[in-house]
Amino acid sequence: MADALIEERAALMGIDMSQIDLDSVQLPPGEDFGIISDDDDLYQEDTLELDTGLGNIIIVDNLPVVPREKFDKLEGVVRKIYSQIGVIKDDGLWMPVDPDTQKTLGYCFIEYNTAQEAELAKEKTNGYKLDRSHIFAVSMFEDFDRFMRVPDEWAPPETKPYTPGENLQQWLTDEKARDQFVIRAGSDTEVLWNDARQLKPEPVHRRAFWTESFVQWSPLGTYLATVHRQGSAVWGGASTFNRLMRYAHPQVKLIDFSPSEKYLVTYSSHEPSNPRDPQRVVINIFDVRTGKIMRDFKGSADDFAVGGTGAVTGVSWPVFRWGGGRDDKYFARIGKSVVSVYETETFSLIDKKSLKVENVMDFNWSPTDPILALYVPELGGGNQPARVSLVQIPSKEELRQKNLFSVSDCKMYWQSNGDYLAVKVDRYTKTKKSTYTGFELFRIKERDIPIEVLELENKNDKIIAFAWEPKGHRFAVIHGDGPRPDVSFYSMRSGNNTGRVSKLTTLKGKQANFLFWSPAGRYIILAGLKNFNGQLEFYNVDELETMATAEHFMATDIEWDPTGRYVATAVTSVHEMENGFNIWSFNGKLLYRILKDHFFQFLWRPRPPSLLSPEKEEEIAKNLKKYSKKYEAEDQDVSMLLSEQDREKRKMLKDEWEKWVSRWKQMQEEEKLERQNLRDGEASDEEEEYEAKEVEVEELLDVSEEVLSFDYEE
Amino acid sequence: MRPILMKGHERPLTFLKYNREGDLLFSCAKDHTPTVWFADNGERLGTYRGHNGAVWCCDVSRDSMRLITGSADTTAKLWSVQNGTQLFTFNFDSPARSVDFSIGDKLAVITTDPFMELPSAIHVKRIARDPADQASESVLVLRGHQGRIARAVWGPLNKTIISAGEDAVIRIWDSETGKLLRESDKETGHKKAVTSLMKSVDGSHFVTGSQDKSAKLWDIRTLTLIKTYVTERPVNAVTMSPLLDHVVLGGGQDASAVTMTDHRAGKFEAKFFDKILQEEIGGVKGHFGPINALAFNPDGKSFSSGGEDGYVRLHHFDPDYFNIKI
Repeated sequence: MADALIEERAALMGIDMSQIDLDSVQLPPGEDFGIISDDDDLYQEDTLELDTGLGNIIIVDNLPVVPREKFDKLEGVVRKIYSQIGVIKDDGLWMPVDPDTQKTLGYCFIEYNTAQEAELAKEKTNGYKLDRSHIFAVSMFEDFDRFMRVPDEWAPPETKPYTPGENLQQWLTDEKARDQFVIRAGSDTEVLWNDARQLKPEPVHRRAFWTESFVQWSPLGTYLATVHRQGSAVWGGASTFNRLMRYAHPQVKLIDFSPSEKYLVTYSSHEPSNPRDPQRVVINIFDVRTGKIMRDFKGSADDFAVGGTGAVTGVSWPVFRWGGGRDDKYFARIGKSVVSVYETETFSLIDKKSLKVENVMDFNWSPTDPILALYVPELGGGNQPARVSLVQIPSKEELRQKNLFSVSDCKMYWQSNGDYLAVKVDRYTKTKKSTYTGFELFRIKERDIPIEVLELENKNDKIIAFAWEPKGHRFAVIHGDGPRPDVSFYSMRSGNNTGRVSKLTTLKGKQANFLFWSPAGRYIILAGLKNFNGQLEFYNVDELETMATAEHFMATDIEWDPTGRYVATAVTSVHEMENGFNIWSFNGKLLYRILKDHFFQFLWRPRPPSLLSPEKEEEIAKNLKKYSKKYEAEDQDVSMLLSEQDREKRKMLKDEWEKWVSRWKQMQEEEKLERQNLRDGEASDEEEEYEAKEVEVEELLDVSEEVLSFDYEE
Repeated sequence: MRPILMKGHERPLTFLKYNREGDLLFSCAKDHTPTVWFADNGERLGTYRGHNGAVWCCDVSRDSMRLITGSADTTAKLWSVQNGTQLFTFNFDSPARSVDFSIGDKLAVITTDPFMELPSAIHVKRIARDPADQASESVLVLRGHQGRIARAVWGPLNKTIISAGEDAVIRIWDSETGKLLRESDKETGHKKAVTSLMKSVDGSHFVTGSQDKSAKLWDIRTLTLIKTYVTERPVNAVTMSPLLDHVVLGGGQDASAVTMTDHRAGKFEAKFFDKILQEEIGGVKGHFGPINALAFNPDGKSFSSGGEDGYVRLHHFDPDYFNIKI
């Protein structure tokens, strides 16, 4: 790989590598040739962890001071406590004794087999109360070393001069108002502009091996996060992508940003040393800007598995769900019969305790308000009904509750403004043999939160997909049993705004199983992915008409750009063939198509919410003609320029080709004689050219003689 | 454009060749019998029986009297086109992959596959006017290719031999001395195995098709890369229109990888490209399997394709084809 990089670099600088005598090159003295490595501090971190190799030893302080007679008893107690947590090495427990008094010194050293066990022991028993006056203080042996090195005198930290940072929002000021996206194909990760006018992407930044597993934009698009073995990193900046911060978390697997990208949650799971033990899970919450760990959570995988009754489903990501709208005020996770809600001021539980909800199965935050929607399944064979309740945070007051009977499952869908909550309820039929589906629709912003029940016309229809119109009052449902389901649209506001849900239309027999609303609402893509091989229908819900139908064969992913102007459909490497992506306009016109083998990810760079006030937006919508004039003129200029460029390019190619052809003709002419000789002078070149000649051929088909009688003597 | 379906082979097609006048079409397949057809109506004229293995390639002499075929039965055979009799058999130690008559039909180049310890080789044979005088000795043997050699053809005035194959490198050899004259370089050349090679009518340039999903057009004398045509599938066969500036690529998903139930997934289309602008103009669908062979009629008014499905499809162009503007 290094060779390839060198060659690439050389090509860039216009150096012919074959012409260079490498031995003639003099390198500057020193190991690093005077170049400061990016990775230097990284190595230092690594060495810090490894330098002693004593990570598996802990020091337990605040033990009782005992005389010789009681030594064995105390040792027995300590051994008992600490061998519960992990395997203490043979001779791994050492309690020093004062040689003068023959009494213990009130501390001991314990050596485990692994550093993980030692860490766990420290966590679990730090603060352990042996009795009233002996509260354990446990520290890692390694840390102790570090504590000793702390200077006695406090020195004021150096104040660094303020240097203004880069404008991390630079990409939003693009003159052509284009959007960016990131793709990952093969080992390359690339950020590009979607230049829809030029019908091609324009590269911004590209790096090979930028990430070791995946990339992710922060929710407002400021950062691009990469995931590595040692931790995660975020990138961004004005002109190109610089590394802005690193978050150390060995073996990090998953990451998640809080909605206004103040915090980054990282997750890793580690195989336990004893295969019977559950997996250990480490979750860190970092402050994105400072890189500081705000809180860490450690425990076994079971502790983080989604609760509910009995069946453990494993850890579902994100473990922590962020609530309270755009302020990143609260985050919560679900446990066994509890929902733990934390607030970010102190990073501790609200009121110091979790919200107790017997057998809670699932919860969802309102996207805008600090409201939790909880779902508790049916219990006691139907004696205790299933329940969906809305809980206000931080008061933990229940705003609304609905009991539901003979329920098999519930799914909750918030509308993006937090105006409505739809609960999809699967109920058993009387015989309990099958289920049917209905919806409970909550109007959150109205007084007393009225609830409405919606059932489909055909109650037996299966619900294949459900989606709210972003920022809107409509939703779409794909329902049906057969291979071609129906798609229905409903509105939460009927014509005279009576506050009743009403159906807008039903489209029969569509090849669709996924719904993708434009982020601006109004337009929706009814997509048939997986079994339907990538059928796309672009539908206008305002006019209730299909704008276009198309197909991106084998498409696996569909994503609208954050403005709702363009749509990307991609075939990722789940398929061997067809890998790459298509960019469409909102109304279903294919703009361009890029093929890339081993295509892993396509992600539009999100935009922060608009700064315009609703009044201003309305004003713009009203006077759209006035505002759009400028852009239309630009569009025309570009298309003129494009066709001009295209013409020129074609002309150039043709000319170039003509040159080749004339050279060949000349060569051909020069070699003509020789060629004739090779053919024994038999055929000339001219005859090689195929020529149709009309030749008249007379064929004698038959000859017969007939004797005619003539009378000569007349 | 309604194709004529020619069903005569029981196994996948491997090669197609028109004679100079364009009235006869020779087809080779993995069954053992090369077949000759009327190129106009697709009527079967006869077969050449005698091979004992898949037939990979054939060539016909300028006067349409002689046919040479190369087969997996480790022989190359000379046939009388008219009556289908075997005139001569060249025996090798490994399968013969590609055959090509020189200008003047006095020489033939035959390539053999690597087999056991034996490396692949390019053999040059002298072809006698009278089959009775035919000798089996090679005039020249060239080695140097890694893996199979998909095709070897004569360069201008029989002075060079151009070969390409599994190692993705295109080589030009001196046909007198056997010296390697040129090699395509790694950067611009194909990235994966070259599957086919086809000269232009005047022999001034040639196209190669490769499993790297592209075809490339080269100058035959300087081995300069002139054009690249990119498609979505591995290319098994390439040909050029003698009349218009069109290049046709045939291919499709590898036969062993066809697991989809939907035939569209395979893209078993013959794709037409503008030779100069390198843009795709159109495609001809129909085969139910990858296309292995393509050939243009010398008059440029029809072409035929042979597929893994065992069919030869003969297409006469509609008049519109000759007025395509892009």
